Amino acid sequence: MNKNKEKLLNSRYRAEKRFQFYGKSAIFLALLFLTIFIFKIFSTGYTAFQKTWLIVPVTFDAETMYLDENPSKEDLEDADYFDLALQTMFNLDKSASEKQQNDLKRMVSYFFEREIKRELLNDPSLIGKTKDVYLTASDDLDQVFKGNYPRDLPEDQRRVTDYQLKIFDQLVEQGRVESKFNLSFFTYPDSREAELAGIASSFMGSIFSILVCLVIAFPVAVLAAIYLEEFAPKNRFTDFIEVNINNLAAVPSIVFGLLGLGILLAVFQLPRSTPLVGGITLSLMTLPTIIIACRASLKAVPPSIREAALAMGASKMQTTMHHTVPLSMPGTLSGTIIGLAQALGETAPLILIGMVAFVNTIPGSPLDPAASLPVQIYIWAESAERGFVEKVSACIMVLLGFLIIMNLFAQIIRHKFEKKWS
Amino acid sequence: MIKINSKNVDVFYGKKQALFNINLDIEENQVTALIGPSGCGKSTFLRCLNRMNDVIDICRVKGQIIINDFDINDKSCDVVRLREKIGMVFQKPNPFPKTIYENISYGPTIHGMAQSKNEMDEIVENSLKKAALWEEVKDRIHEPGTGLSGGQQQRLCIARAISVKPEVILMDEPCSALDPIATAQIEELIDELKKDHTIIIVTHSMAQAARVSQNTGFFHLGELIEHGSTDKIFKNPENKRTQDYITGRFG
Repeated sequence: MNKNKEKLLNSRYRAEKRFQFYGKSAIFLALLFLTIFIFKIFSTGYTAFQKTWLIVPVTFDAETMYLDENPSKEDLEDADYFDLALQTMFNLDKSASEKQQNDLKRMVSYFFEREIKRELLNDPSLIGKTKDVYLTASDDLDQVFKGNYPRDLPEDQRRVTDYQLKIFDQLVEQGRVESKFNLSFFTYPDSREAELAGIASSFMGSIFSILVCLVIAFPVAVLAAIYLEEFAPKNRFTDFIEVNINNLAAVPSIVFGLLGLGILLAVFQLPRSTPLVGGITLSLMTLPTIIIACRASLKAVPPSIREAALAMGASKMQTTMHHTVPLSMPGTLSGTIIGLAQALGETAPLILIGMVAFVNTIPGSPLDPAASLPVQIYIWAESAERGFVEKVSACIMVLLGFLIIMNLFAQIIRHKFEKKWS
Repeated sequence: MIKINSKNVDVFYGKKQALFNINLDIEENQVTALIGPSGCGKSTFLRCLNRMNDVIDICRVKGQIIINDFDINDKSCDVVRLREKIGMVFQKPNPFPKTIYENISYGPTIHGMAQSKNEMDEIVENSLKKAALWEEVKDRIHEPGTGLSGGQQQRLCIARAISVKPEVILMDEPCSALDPIATAQIEELIDELKKDHTIIIVTHSMAQAARVSQNTGFFHLGELIEHGSTDKIFKNPENKRTQDYITGRFG
């Protein structure tokens, strides 16, 4: 009898140990995946924050720019820099054939003309002199310099020619290639050229979309939640509404995208590809999330607080507005932020309403066409150029950072402002 | 003098009847205790007196409850006005999660009882003094009310109830969550408060009913079995069930 008991006890202890082991393994596995994921993104993405520049001597020859003597500011503004820019690149190898000259030209971004112009506008006294100017290297050479480019491929399989590599290596030897922080990644809009592509337009698009989403979803959701929780009679009809709100939260986001396409764009003729439409579509998605969070935190307010207020002679409305709603706000706000964070990462509905269009301007309002961060990731991931690979990871990093900050904020609100009652 | 006069009060929770034909008169400026075993309907009756049962969707109240020549179950009765006149203290202390000052000033604010900050300060101070809490909290009235001890919280709730100068105070087992010392303080306070207010207290403790009340009503299974002066109920009850309950044979 006694022995049996001991056996039983031992097996109970063993069962508990086993269970703990399973739990720890599960956590370990989850952390492992997370680490691999983050490591992969960082190791591919960190190079995107650096940009390669070629330092090329430019001789600001007035004749090549077709300028008269003593040009005015307007003359400099209107001057033709293209020949000067071309000449600058051709000067790297004076014996280059026509085909090689073409290669030389393609070693820098198509912005090179503007980069030279900016230099001269900054300092008009450069005319007739020679100065080293930083020119953005083409995305392929950028990748070569970062070591991401397979140089040992046969020449006909790469976009960089042997001739370009030869000149580039010479420049590297002369210390004429430099890597600097890639500010343009944050300040430039999207571009077909990887070396010039930035997240400014998609970042602003995301911000505007989220703001529109917040402005629409928050008041509607909070009012709906307060009415349903505090005022509505409990009957079949309100049960039906509740079931449907929960269903709405489970609807796949692409369906909301179709709704935005069919109603907002087709019927109401709102401007296509804009954060306004994106935000409205996302607000449909966020609405049930906020309603559910708000109702849950209203439910969590102890009934004794409502009774206390009612017994003091407060009306239903006063009880709700003075006591219940303020006490439920921390939960509601953190639910809202989590809903917005979800909306921020949403891609499918935005693709359907056209925010996937190529936008090379930075939107100044929710009515301007824009992309959004997750859609930008999608666009770049689709691009064939090698230069976009690191951009995808870098954009993911920005998006994740954004999400982490929002979730952190939600946590802080919840912990700091939630009232404790005995 | 009779303050509250209830006639043929029936209460239903859905289809289930919780109170049967209650006729009970409450004397002004006295303490009336309602006793009885759990689930006998004494709290339900108490909540009829300030229409707190309205909060419960399925609850229906029939009959007349007349306070100041006015039937509070009448359609024309305004519950907000009614609850201003009839305060309530609950079983568990339920201060608002706000400062002590805000807890007390809430009632006077929503009923527009103070014209200036000074007047409000006075109301707060007087209410706390009447609830015998002023000396303990006067240095921290702008700190949260939820930081007080259980007994202090309950006295804060009493102070909050009397801040609007109600004619009647309903107390629903106000000491059941408190220790004996805090209970004694509250009982002393009840005795003091009956000078200005009519008090109705629901209690599980017969000793407490005997100590604080002048009148007692005994409820059992939704009926008012017997009521009268506390002396008579405890010493010389007419009904056998009352006697059994008081001597501890059931309950």
